[in-house]
Amino acid sequence: MQPSLFNETLTVSQVTFRIRKLLEENPGLQDVWVEGEISNLSRPASGHIYFTLKDKNASLRCVMWKSDAARTRPNLQEGIAVEVHGKISVYEPQGQYQLTVNLIRPKGEGALFQEFLRLKAQLETEGLFDPERKRLIPELPRKIGIVTSATGAALRDMLNILRRRLPLAEVILSPSPVQGVDAPPALVQAIRSLDLQSLDVILLARGGGSIEDLWAFNDERVVRAVAVSQTPIICGVGHETDFTLSDFAADLRAPTPTAAAELATQVTLDDLHSQLSAFHSRLTDLISNLIADHQALISALTSRLRFVSPDRRIQSEHQHLDELSRRVYSTLAHRIQLQFTHVDGMSKRLSALNPEGILSRGYAIVTRKEDGRVVARISDAKGGMNVRVSDGEFEVKRDL
Amino acid sequence: MPKTKPAQKAVEDLTYEEALAELEGIVEALEGEQNPLDEAMKLFERGQALIVRCGRLLESAQLKVQKLAGESLVDFEEESE
Repeated sequence: MQPSLFNETLTVSQVTFRIRKLLEENPGLQDVWVEGEISNLSRPASGHIYFTLKDKNASLRCVMWKSDAARTRPNLQEGIAVEVHGKISVYEPQGQYQLTVNLIRPKGEGALFQEFLRLKAQLETEGLFDPERKRLIPELPRKIGIVTSATGAALRDMLNILRRRLPLAEVILSPSPVQGVDAPPALVQAIRSLDLQSLDVILLARGGGSIEDLWAFNDERVVRAVAVSQTPIICGVGHETDFTLSDFAADLRAPTPTAAAELATQVTLDDLHSQLSAFHSRLTDLISNLIADHQALISALTSRLRFVSPDRRIQSEHQHLDELSRRVYSTLAHRIQLQFTHVDGMSKRLSALNPEGILSRGYAIVTRKEDGRVVARISDAKGGMNVRVSDGEFEVKRDL
Repeated sequence: MPKTKPAQKAVEDLTYEEALAELEGIVEALEGEQNPLDEAMKLFERGQALIVRCGRLLESAQLKVQKLAGESLVDFEEESE
């Protein structure tokens, strides 16, 4: 092609501006996902991220501005395959076009996410995630099943939590690979066998990892096994921000394996200790009150008994007796007094009858000297005799 | 009502749950009914024995970890770091 002499000559800026318009006004270049491998990764202090996206035949310069980098915190390494989203722009000073990136994801994630959403919608329609399907997690489980890798940190963390919070429990572990193609059927088998063990709760767990690492927990077979389990299941997979379909199907979702172990042990050893000492105080109070009631009853009975006691009657009988004896005494005293008076009178009368009195009137008492007998008849008078008169005696003799 | 229960198990043979359930029953019986004193004392003594039993179980509890191997359970040895 021959150059035309009549065409105007453009400046570099004008040409670059035309190119820029061409690229930046093309809708097919302004909202694109591009896949490739990362190379020439550079993260200067400015916070912007620069890299080149390559495939076998071509390369594309990329920039992610600081604000997008800070918001999405992409996990970037030299050589990894990614999918980036952005728009083509032209950097005029260098005469370069580049992709201004606002989102980076690991390659394949997009397809996975589509599949995730499709399956989630399907299972949701089937009612697998319905709130009314959720069973209550027992507060004080006796037997706790665990489905996880026998070698992972998740198991160690969970056992530590259970040991600290509820050593009273028994743990039955059904080990299973938790990633890779073997994981889903193995997880299903592990859940089913634990479901037959009449456990109180099953913990389905896996430590953190990439979304592919956690993918077994989005497998339809696993999600269905979680949903149909007769035993309540707590699902703790990945980190706080990771949601799997097993989480939705489980009876309780825990943000991490550790949290799953905590949610399974709502009542801890400390709680049981407090409960026991509360029972102890209640029991002691009850029996103290009961004893106090009985003591009160006894003392009430004692005072009633005292009121009707024979003591009281005996006392009153005593009193009666005292009174009677006082009366007897005074009666007797009176009678004795009367007797005295009587005796006195008698003695006066007696003294009036004193033979001495008669003697003074001229009578005499004659007694025999021989035997002292009173001579009352003539026949008594013999031998010597004493004649007593008022002022003495003299002897007489009867001669026959 | 505890007194109508069948023959009591020795407290040493009770699990934590059994002991706790019986303890709850005893406290309720003592709270609710007018028991003759000697019966109340018996309940109280049984309750105290249950508390001691539960306390010992709590003190001595050690998490038992078993592994499901096929149909049977085997003790699970944790790998040391």
